[in-house]
Amino acid sequence: MDVAGDPQSKAFGLAAEFDSASQLFHAAEKIRDAGYKKFDVFSPFPIHGMDDAMGLKRSLLGKLIFFGGLTGFLTAVGLTFIPSSIIYPLIVMGKPTNLYTVPAFFPIIFELTILFSAFTAVFGMLIMNGLPRLHHPMFNWERFKKVSDDKFFCVIEARDPKFAERDVKDFLQSLGGQNITRVHGD
Amino acid sequence: MADASAARTTAELTPAEQAVIRPPLVLNKRTYGWIGNYVSSIVEDKTPIWWWICLLPCVLLTAVLGFCITYLISTGVGVWGNNHPVGWAWDITNFVFWIGIGHAGTLISAILFLTRQKWRTSINRAAEAMTLFAVICAAIYPGLHVGRVWMAWFLAPVPNANGIWQNFRSPLLWDVFAVSTYFTVSVLFWYTGLIPDLATLRDRATTKIKKFFYGTLALGWRGGNRQWRHYEMAYLLLAGLSTPLVLSVHSVVSFDFATSVIPGWHTTIFPPYFVAGAIFGGFAMVLTIMIPACAIYKPLHDLVTVSHVDKMCKVILFTGSIVGYAYIMELFMAWYSANPYERAAFWYRAFGPFWWAYWSMMFCNVIAPQIFWFKYFRTHLVWVWIICQFPNAGMWYERFVIIATTLSRDFLPSAWAQFHPTWVDIWMFIGTFGLFGTLFLLFIRFLPMICMFEVKAVLPEADPHHGEKH
Repeated sequence: MDVAGDPQSKAFGLAAEFDSASQLFHAAEKIRDAGYKKFDVFSPFPIHGMDDAMGLKRSLLGKLIFFGGLTGFLTAVGLTFIPSSIIYPLIVMGKPTNLYTVPAFFPIIFELTILFSAFTAVFGMLIMNGLPRLHHPMFNWERFKKVSDDKFFCVIEARDPKFAERDVKDFLQSLGGQNITRVHGD
Repeated sequence: MADASAARTTAELTPAEQAVIRPPLVLNKRTYGWIGNYVSSIVEDKTPIWWWICLLPCVLLTAVLGFCITYLISTGVGVWGNNHPVGWAWDITNFVFWIGIGHAGTLISAILFLTRQKWRTSINRAAEAMTLFAVICAAIYPGLHVGRVWMAWFLAPVPNANGIWQNFRSPLLWDVFAVSTYFTVSVLFWYTGLIPDLATLRDRATTKIKKFFYGTLALGWRGGNRQWRHYEMAYLLLAGLSTPLVLSVHSVVSFDFATSVIPGWHTTIFPPYFVAGAIFGGFAMVLTIMIPACAIYKPLHDLVTVSHVDKMCKVILFTGSIVGYAYIMELFMAWYSANPYERAAFWYRAFGPFWWAYWSMMFCNVIAPQIFWFKYFRTHLVWVWIICQFPNAGMWYERFVIIATTLSRDFLPSAWAQFHPTWVDIWMFIGTFGLFGTLFLLFIRFLPMICMFEVKAVLPEADPHHGEKH
């Protein structure tokens, strides 16, 4: 079996290469059914239905963004009402700030709600993905460079409770995985 | 159904079956590898001569823009032709023109994403880049129009020693929030879409500098499905957030006019009419830059096909017709309102001293695009490019007609005056095209102009059930 990375360091897991999206998809279903939890599949583009194939739940990001948007909404409400009615009351076209003039604050409230939601979407996504993280054990494997081109990979991590090197290797082979490699590194 | 028939070749199908099958989005059966190789090679190969030849005039014009800005700041806004009663003139015309152009990018990237128009994948990157560059060009004008540029920070609601706060009920302040939010969200959306492609360039990089540059920007993207699932959720929600945002931005820009009491501005039709006009002008600009780019990089015609151009022309035709309807409805309402000032404003637009601008606008926006009813003109790229220049020019005339013509005729004839642009007006406008061109050329050279991972994902073999029988 090939070895990638410094063999002295901790083993990250056993990785295999696949040729097509459908092979990877069916491999993921079988890995899920075999009861592995700490595994991932890598592809040049998102594969439709892969979350179910891996047994992953829907991303929580959507719920997080709701709270981001709520923060933006409350910030904007404070930003418009506090100066206009308390700190620096303005009379515009003969109208002081009161309930009837609230619609004039809507554009700013709307914009800030969108702005905070968008920040939450992008930074929430990065944090949930553990990015930025410029180094990762998988990058020790030379063939893995093809993941952003036209190859598909899967890895079963050594920290999975079911992980046993011989079994995993045979299992990956039975799924049609090629170039099965032990990846090392922290 | 499509999978079951995949066992037979297309030629074996009956004509009825062939009519049902959708044409492929990527022609010539290109593979994942080809897409990655070709699009990356545009960035990786030696800089072509044409690129330098195009860059030189663009940089020179950017320098002219820089000179004009320096001259304006050091002298005062009086170097522009704006004067009483035309207090808003070319500067605001150009601002609205450029902001409008940006809208096509967000429409393609967000609204077509939500409506699952998969053909958008090959044009969204360049269109979004165009959005950013157009908004940068736009932001220059109101930034300078504040007069004392060093006071521009007064636009931001920050506590200051004077104890003064902004009027949050002013459409001009709404505009500050709308445009800055739009720019920020567009940058986030664009960068999020770039991350997987930057990882492709990182993995292909041969030199240390490229590895560092693309490696840092890719943030360590690995393409694992545990990442993709959050990524796709983020992208979907950004599209969902950008859709109301883009519709709001030009609506808010139109509020600058619509909430005033000037005849010709004080109308409720402005927000939808501005948004339709923005999409109309924006699509014309996308085609104006994409057609030459694909002519230079010929194999891109497999990704940006004639069918794409055809669809975009239909969008231009549709939004152009909405704009035409709005123009006619404006005239009707001016008559129907029985308001003498409203009637006079429109009479002056059509038959006053700026009649040539009004009829140029009418011809370019309403009549010229109607030729896209004919398929021949939607599918022959040279014709498409020529016809797209009419909306480009027409949308500028539209804003000029709305702004300068309306202001030059006040309520009292004693206050009337003509508007004449100065050389600073003219060169600043030309200069922003230089800035736009420079930024776009740099974009083509250093970043992938086609969204590689999304195009790969629309290939038939990207379907995990490809080739299986149901």
